Amino acid sequence: MPRGLLGIEELDRAEIDAILARAKDFQPLQSQSPKKLDTLRGKLIVNLFYEASTRTRTSFEIAAKRMGADAVSISASGSSVTKGESLVDTLNTLAAMRPDAIVMRHAASGAPHFLARHLPTPIINAGDGTHEHPTQALLDARTILDRRGALEGLKVAIIGDIAHSRVARSNVHLLSKFGVDIVLCGPASLLPAELKDLAPGVRLTTDIREAIRDADVVMMLRVQLERQHEAAFPASEYFRFYGLRLEHLDLASPDAIVMHPGPINRGRELSSEVADFQRSVILNQVENGVAVRMAVLERVIG
Amino acid sequence: MALLIRNGRVIDPASHFDRVSDVRLEDGKVAAVGPELPAAGAEVFDAGGLVVAPGFIDMHVHLREPGFEYAETIESGARAAAAGGFTSVCAMPNTNPVNDSATVTSYIVERARNRAVVNVFPIGAITKGSAGEELAAIGAMKAAGAVAISDDGRPVMNARVMRRAMEFARSYDLPLIQHCEDLNLSAGGDMHEGAASVRWGLRGIPAAAEDVMVARDLLLAELTGTRYHVAHISTRHAVAMVEHARKAGLPVTCEATPHHFALSDACMPPYDSNYKMKPPLRGACDRGAVVEGISRGVVSAIATDHAPHAGDEKMQEFERCPFGIIGLETALALALEELVHPGRISLVRCVELFTTGPESVLRLGRGTLAAGSPGDVTIFSTDLEWTYDVNQSPSRSRNSPFDGRKFRGGPVATVVNGGVVWRR
Repeated sequence: MPRGLLGIEELDRAEIDAILARAKDFQPLQSQSPKKLDTLRGKLIVNLFYEASTRTRTSFEIAAKRMGADAVSISASGSSVTKGESLVDTLNTLAAMRPDAIVMRHAASGAPHFLARHLPTPIINAGDGTHEHPTQALLDARTILDRRGALEGLKVAIIGDIAHSRVARSNVHLLSKFGVDIVLCGPASLLPAELKDLAPGVRLTTDIREAIRDADVVMMLRVQLERQHEAAFPASEYFRFYGLRLEHLDLASPDAIVMHPGPINRGRELSSEVADFQRSVILNQVENGVAVRMAVLERVIG
Repeated sequence: MALLIRNGRVIDPASHFDRVSDVRLEDGKVAAVGPELPAAGAEVFDAGGLVVAPGFIDMHVHLREPGFEYAETIESGARAAAAGGFTSVCAMPNTNPVNDSATVTSYIVERARNRAVVNVFPIGAITKGSAGEELAAIGAMKAAGAVAISDDGRPVMNARVMRRAMEFARSYDLPLIQHCEDLNLSAGGDMHEGAASVRWGLRGIPAAAEDVMVARDLLLAELTGTRYHVAHISTRHAVAMVEHARKAGLPVTCEATPHHFALSDACMPPYDSNYKMKPPLRGACDRGAVVEGISRGVVSAIATDHAPHAGDEKMQEFERCPFGIIGLETALALALEELVHPGRISLVRCVELFTTGPESVLRLGRGTLAAGSPGDVTIFSTDLEWTYDVNQSPSRSRNSPFDGRKFRGGPVATVVNGGVVWRR
């Protein structure tokens, strides 16, 4: 199999540490000028997005450019996809143009894994269905580490639509490898019991207060209405029982931070006050996204 | 022309016969079974060291003709059956058009007569177009050759329609075969709902989707007195409910597929569509219950649910791939490896599951070597070492999770109506 990045589950701790350390090297670059390296000069990266995405696609594009690579972005609408070409045919066509890596987002879980078995080009998973979003977990870990010396011993609460969240799965795999105490919280219809077997150190609760109590990190998830195929939870009740409000944070550890992979829905999964809260690190996550993706691109094709 | 099968271990469960013996076939029928039969005027097949059994019956296959000949035809499917040791197969009605009329039934019978190397018995649809609403022309299909009715793959969701279908089936003395799946509970699911589906972010089909429908149907079977058969049973609760119904004396039977007794969802490589079928590979506990059901006699038959799909249909995102795998050529080998070799069932019981078992459900007048029976014989080895290469399959499709698997034991020759139609 070519050396891509399909998920966090198959990475070991040393590989994750190496990416996070390298991302730290790239952090100062984000605020200096000029911002561009030539590490990947002459390399071609194709961003193939079968699902709408603003931040992840832009972040990958900027990361590629800051590394000196050429980046081409393709979105599914307006491409051969709408003409009925199969996924594997589309990818074979792109691979024939000899890119050095394909960054791919797809609504079907496992789509990049399926392609990786049939393509010579390394594939970087930018989110597959409800499975994994590895660079999101890496940038989340980088953001936590910027404020805490280590992941070990932390308590992280992940709250929301866990069942449909690739962000949750990737974060669980990553945090678990570092011995983090992980609490997953949501209404039972969005919190399948088998989640506790996803990785060591995972607990489940349907009570948001219990999840937040003594947490060092409160990670909120977007309610993924587009992935819910029926009413798994009455939308009108969601904020009342699972939305994060400022008073909840009194239960958390005194310097707890609030994270969100974006885009945020103010008033649905968190209140507007929480979004603008001083210990909300949502924009730091976005900033770290570029540094982490630079490290990932370097690892895959450098 | 006569055929003398010499010196094999002849196992004929229907006549409680199990010893080294000869089998003589004449004019397409079994002439005699006994020691040192005359070879005069007969081709001789030396079956020394092999098992000689009544021709195997697979009561659940999809031959895809008419309508999906790119995936399988009656001819190619029949050749795959012969290569798996099967002499008779029952073709499910989800063709295009659906086999819901005597016209389609007659077409299949006619095509099989001209093209198939094994016996093909059509199964008619329960409802028109298998749409679950209006009953199909069940009596006319029986007259044209249908041996059972089923809306396989599209279970009858409406309990009232099911009740009426059962009453008709009883009137015509046909077994009713149900693919048990509550479509509301399973909607959108791509694999068994469990640890693996949650890990891989795939939507699950809960075991309860099968259990709920088995429970409903067993109550309706009791109400109507119909011969009711659960296709490809896959959950522990379904096995327990069928056992309970049988103990209560209801004319209820079930079949199990090789993949459901050989594999669980834990055996599945992530997103490999050759492991995608309905019912899905269940959890280890359900798989264990299916094996236990086979060894305790709850399960009457092993059936393959041979479901060919063209390569490009399976070369897609997992959630877009169709359900089903081919299975005719690997069924006996899997039964030997998973059930007989580990001592879970005897070799005689294994033969029953392929012969008298399905015969008891379908009443084809086959599945025995009694003199005068149709000359269908399956000759197999219990210790032949071989490797399954799906690219050599006579099937038009390649969707098997067992490609490349090494087996101990498998079919050696297949005899249909007195003639050898396949040999290794």
